[in-house]
Amino acid sequence: MITTTKGDMDESLLEKREGSLDNDNETTTWVEYWLEGELVHRSAHVALKKMPPIVAEAASLT
Amino acid sequence: MANTQAMCTSFMGQLLNGGHQFGAITLVSRTSLTAPTVDTFKAALYLTTATVNASTTAYSASNEVSGTGYTAGGVTITGSPAWNAPTATNTSTTAGTAFTTPTASITYTTVTLATAFDAVLIYNSTQNNTAVSVHTFGSQTITAGTFTLTMPANTTAAALLRIATT
Repeated sequence: MITTTKGDMDESLLEKREGSLDNDNETTTWVEYWLEGELVHRSAHVALKKMPPIVAEAASLT
Repeated sequence: MANTQAMCTSFMGQLLNGGHQFGAITLVSRTSLTAPTVDTFKAALYLTTATVNASTTAYSASNEVSGTGYTAGGVTITGSPAWNAPTATNTSTTAGTAFTTPTASITYTTVTLATAFDAVLIYNSTQNNTAVSVHTFGSQTITAGTFTLTMPANTTAAALLRIATT
């Protein structure tokens, strides 16, 4: 069963569309379910990769 | 207007004053506080039209997402513990990295967020909602579904929060 804007529906009644994105910042996948041309469910999963660290520094006394 | 991935500058200053508690620590007494409890951190989502970045000092509901199933302020970063124990590792005699990452994914379950969003603000809800960091991603909407943010590996090279010398 899929949670949709019209309540829980059997997956077999819906058109499933999937996509993905991968770059230096993230790996993302999403899934959509459509009913007669109407988007009734969309979920997304973003896997964050990393961000630049804070650079810490100890100043020279000279 | 755009969101920009960054460590919040105010957060760095607060670190020098011991203003955030990601994990357990035993302190030499500062009058009375020797074993402070770990703070609670939350994650709020922001619209693509928001401007959250290094200058963000605290959580604000301005330009935060809204919709069915989403509560203003976002969700609490959960886990047991919520964050990996902050770790400091030397990489040479002059360099090293301190780092931590939430132990679990951040999940917004059964929400409808019809307006595009592309950023999450991590903030300390225990300490007056002070901002920690902003993380951006490709623009998303959610329809009667779940939005999940999976954390990077908790390593010197990839942890969500890293303080490094080079």
